[in-house]
Amino acid sequence: MTTPEDLRDLDAVASLADPVRRRAYETVAAAGGGAVGRDEVAQALGAGRTLAAFHLDKLVAAGLLEVSYARRSGRTGPGAGRPAKLYRLAEGEHAVSVPPRAYRAAAELLAEALEQSGAEEALYEVARRHGSGGPARSDVSELLTEHGYAPAAEGPERIVLRNCPFHRLAEQFPPLICGMNLAMVDGLLTGSGLEGEWAARMDAAPGRCCVTISKK
Amino acid sequence: MDAFHLAQINSARLRAPLTDPSMAEFVEGLTLMNQLADRSPGFVWRLEGENGDGTIARPDDPSRIYTLSVWETPEHLRAYAYQSEHLDYLRRRREWFHPNGTEAALVLWWIPAGTIPTMRQGISRLGRLRAGGPTPDAFTFRQMFPAPEPAAR
Repeated sequence: MTTPEDLRDLDAVASLADPVRRRAYETVAAAGGGAVGRDEVAQALGAGRTLAAFHLDKLVAAGLLEVSYARRSGRTGPGAGRPAKLYRLAEGEHAVSVPPRAYRAAAELLAEALEQSGAEEALYEVARRHGSGGPARSDVSELLTEHGYAPAAEGPERIVLRNCPFHRLAEQFPPLICGMNLAMVDGLLTGSGLEGEWAARMDAAPGRCCVTISKK
Repeated sequence: MDAFHLAQINSARLRAPLTDPSMAEFVEGLTLMNQLADRSPGFVWRLEGENGDGTIARPDDPSRIYTLSVWETPEHLRAYAYQSEHLDYLRRRREWFHPNGTEAALVLWWIPAGTIPTMRQGISRLGRLRAGGPTPDAFTFRQMFPAPEPAAR
């Protein structure tokens, strides 16, 4: 816990200890990769703009958020006003482990070995079985949220997932990890008794999870 | 325009000849994925091959096929390969291809923009990656190297 990188991770995570700041973070996170202004965050917090800005800037300093500027009205030139300061999730990931553990390194080795031996199907099968182990459910969004996804409805028939719980690993082993993810979501739907209503499929696109869920 | 483009060669060993019924969905996908590649942002060139389906079979081992293509940047190739419908075909690759074992199946390298690679060059780059691991001359998505600096004028 003493390298500069460790300390940055610790600062980043520790900055979320304040409950108001955590809610500010969650408000920005709920926009997926989208940018959010101070006013929206202030409204979500039920607080003033100054307090919202204070917490947002702390989150930027901790490396959890990034700043961009834009004229939100689309107006330009004189009279358009100052560009608004907007916040979005930063690219980086932060994990703190006490004592130090390297599970990601282990996951990378396991993934590489699975690919080399062509054992993808075994992984998909395990993922499907683990996904399907839960109790019956009626709300698909709740089910997905509980498992680390960030579901967002696109109309009544389709749900996209704004978060990939396996992001770094999926970037390194896309077919393997996205296939595992699909099997897992498929298992979740089956295990919760929602498979008659919803179906998961591979539907890769930039900036979101490779799986989408559609009404049958 | 960038001075260098990204070349890629990809190799796979078929479980059955392309005419076998078990390969029908793969063959169907080839046409669709070639069309998708051709209209993808940053696509520069691909070797169409004698069959016109973009798969080039090794003369001494027809079960060994290759694809060879050029893209403006690694991000363009990544978007096509992993952030499009193509990903689902990759996910299903064991239905159609044998595992590669420890042999690298995909290699990337930089070529001067406006030039195209040959099969011989591609296979030689695969050989370099297999022999010496990733280097600036033969690398992978997991271990990238930046494009060479344009030569001074």
